[in-house]
Amino acid sequence: MPLDFDWYELAEYAALGLLAGGLQALIALGFVLVYKGTGVINFAMGEFMMLGAYFFYTANVMWGIPALAALILSLLAVALVSALIEKAILRPLSGQPVISILMVTLGLASALGGGINAIWGGGHTYEMPALLPRTPLYLGDVFIPGQMIWSFLLAAAVILVFSLYFRYTATGVSMRAAASDPTTAYVLGVDVRATQRLTWMFAGVVGAVAGIIVAAITNLSPALGGVALGVLSVIILGGLDSIVGAIVAGLIIGLLESLTAGYLGGKVRDIVPYVIVLVILLIRPYGLFGTREIERL
Amino acid sequence: MRIGDFRESYEHDEAIWPTRVQRGWLGLLVLLLLCFPFGVNGYVAGVACLLGIHIIAATGLNIMTGYTGLISLGHAAFMGVGCYTTAYLAQRGVPFILVLPLSGLMAGLLGVVVGLPSLRIKGLYLAVATLAAQFILVYVFREWSSVTGGVGGVTIPAARLMGFELRNDHSVYFLIMPVAILLLIAARNLFRTRVGRAFIAIRDRDISAEVLGINLLHYKLAAFAIGSFYAGVAGSLLGYFYRAITPEYFTLELSIFYLAAIIVGGLGSLLGTIFGAVFMTLLPELLRVSVSYATQWAPGATSVLSSMQQIVFGLLIIGFLVFEPHGLLEVWRRIRRFFHLWPFRA
Repeated sequence: MPLDFDWYELAEYAALGLLAGGLQALIALGFVLVYKGTGVINFAMGEFMMLGAYFFYTANVMWGIPALAALILSLLAVALVSALIEKAILRPLSGQPVISILMVTLGLASALGGGINAIWGGGHTYEMPALLPRTPLYLGDVFIPGQMIWSFLLAAAVILVFSLYFRYTATGVSMRAAASDPTTAYVLGVDVRATQRLTWMFAGVVGAVAGIIVAAITNLSPALGGVALGVLSVIILGGLDSIVGAIVAGLIIGLLESLTAGYLGGKVRDIVPYVIVLVILLIRPYGLFGTREIERL
Repeated sequence: MRIGDFRESYEHDEAIWPTRVQRGWLGLLVLLLLCFPFGVNGYVAGVACLLGIHIIAATGLNIMTGYTGLISLGHAAFMGVGCYTTAYLAQRGVPFILVLPLSGLMAGLLGVVVGLPSLRIKGLYLAVATLAAQFILVYVFREWSSVTGGVGGVTIPAARLMGFELRNDHSVYFLIMPVAILLLIAARNLFRTRVGRAFIAIRDRDISAEVLGINLLHYKLAAFAIGSFYAGVAGSLLGYFYRAITPEYFTLELSIFYLAAIIVGGLGSLLGTIFGAVFMTLLPELLRVSVSYATQWAPGATSVLSSMQQIVFGLLIIGFLVFEPHGLLEVWRRIRRFFHLWPFRA
C-alpha cells in the first residue's frame, strides 16, 4: 500500500457502500420472503419495484396527491397486483418443476415490463420529486449525501418492521410456520394458501418501497428493473431463505461494489455481483446463513 | 384411421422414421425446403435463415435443459462466443467449413467451464449461476475490444462456398438449412446412444442415475458441452447471416427467448423444439406485420409495438405454462390422435 494512501477516500467509499447495501438488503428481503414462503425465486422483482415507483409517480406528480397518501395508495395497488398474480399464475403452478416456476416469473417480468413501457413510455425518464432530504453529512472530511443516509434508514426501518411482524404477531408466526413446513402448518390450522398470498403481497410491498427509494435517489426509468437482478448475488451470498443473511450479505455486497467501483472504475462494478455469485455457488452454494439442503431418494 | 404399424425386424424397430408414409412426407418436406428460397422475396428468405439459426440454438438448449434437466439462462452468451470466434477466424481467412465446427468447439469448451458449478448445484441455483455467466460473458464481449470490437461490434466477411460468395439471404439459406438438418439428425441419434440415455436418466433423478453407474461429472459436463456446441454453431451462422454484430444482440432476453421457445414447443422433444422455434420466430413478425397494417387506422400503433411484443411474449410463456405445460407438441399429438382415430372417436 502506498504511503500517501487516502484513508478518507477509503472511508467514504466504505460508508457509501454500506449505505447502499441497506437498500440492497431491502430488495433482497423481497426475494427472500417469496423464496421462504413459496420456494420461488421471483425474477419479476425488478418489475414490482418499477410498478411501485411508477404508481407513486402517477399518484403524487400527475394526480397531485400528497406524498404520504400517494405512498400508501401505490403500496396498496402493488399489493393488490401481487395478490392477483399469486392467485392467477403462481397458485396453479405450485408443485410444478423448477423450470416452469422460474420461467413463469420470467414471463411475468416480460409482461409487466411491457405493460409499464406501454403505459408510461419505455424511453421516457421521469424526474422524481425530492422525497428524501438532501442535506449531506460530514464526518471529518468524509462526505456522505443526505439521500443515502435517509434511504438507508428507511430501508432499515422497513426491514425492522417486517422482522418484528414475523416475530410477534399471530399472522407473522403462522407465516413462518407455513414457510418452514406447509403440511404440518396446515394440519395445525394455518391457512397455508392465505399465508402464501400474504407473502406475495408483502414481497410486492417491499419491492415497491425499494423501487420508490431507488427512483427517488436516481430517477424513474425502465432501467430501474435491472437493479433487482444484481441483488441476486445478495440472496445467494446470504442464503436464499435467510432474512439475517439478506441483511448481512446486502451490506457486504454493497461495500464490495462501492470499493470496486471506486478503485477499479464503474464498468467493473456492473459484473462484480455476478462474479461474486459464481464464486459463492462454487464454494458454498447454500450461502452464509441458508439452510443446507439434504437430498434423499 | 391408421392401422397395422407392426415392427417385424430390429432394423425396422430402430428406424428413425419407421413407416413409408412418414418417409414420403419427409421427402416432400426436404423438397419443399430446397425449392423454398426460389419462390420468395428477400424478407421471407431472411426470416427462414433466422428460423434455421433459432432451431439450432433451441435444440442445443433443449439438450441441456429439456433432456438433461440443467437450466441455463446463459445460452445467448454461448452463441456470442461462437459468433465472435467466427468473426476472429473468418477475418483471418479461415474457410467457413473449418470456422463452423471451431466456433462450436470454442463455445462447447466454455460451456464445460460454465457447467462446472452444475456438479454441486442444480435447479434455481444453477439458473442463477448461468445467469451470472451470461452477464460476465457479455461484459467480456463489450470490453475485450481487440478481439470483439467492443461496443461497436465486428464485421464478418461473407462465407465462400465453391467459389460463390454467400452475400444475400437467399444464398446463406443454403448454408444454414443443411447445417440445421444435420444437427437435428445428430441430436435425434444422440438420444439413441448411451450418452443420450444417460442425459435423460440424469434429468429424471440424478442420484438414481449415479447409483446406476452413470458418471455425473462426465455426463453433466458433456450435456453442457454439446448444448453449447449447438449454440456456438448457431452463433457462427448468425455471424455469416448478419455479417456485422454487436454485443447488444446476445442479451439475457435472447437467452430467455430460447427457454421460452423450448417451453412453448415442448421440453425434451426435438419436434417440440422445432415447433417452439418456428412459433416464437414467426410471432413477432406477425405482430409487426399486423401493426404495420393497423397504422392505416391508428397512426400511433408502431410506437407501442415493442412493448406489445414484450407483453405478448410474457403472456405466451405464462399461458403455456398454466394451460398447456407440455407445449405445442401436445397440441400436435392431440390433432394427430384425432385423425388417427377418425371417424370413430372425436
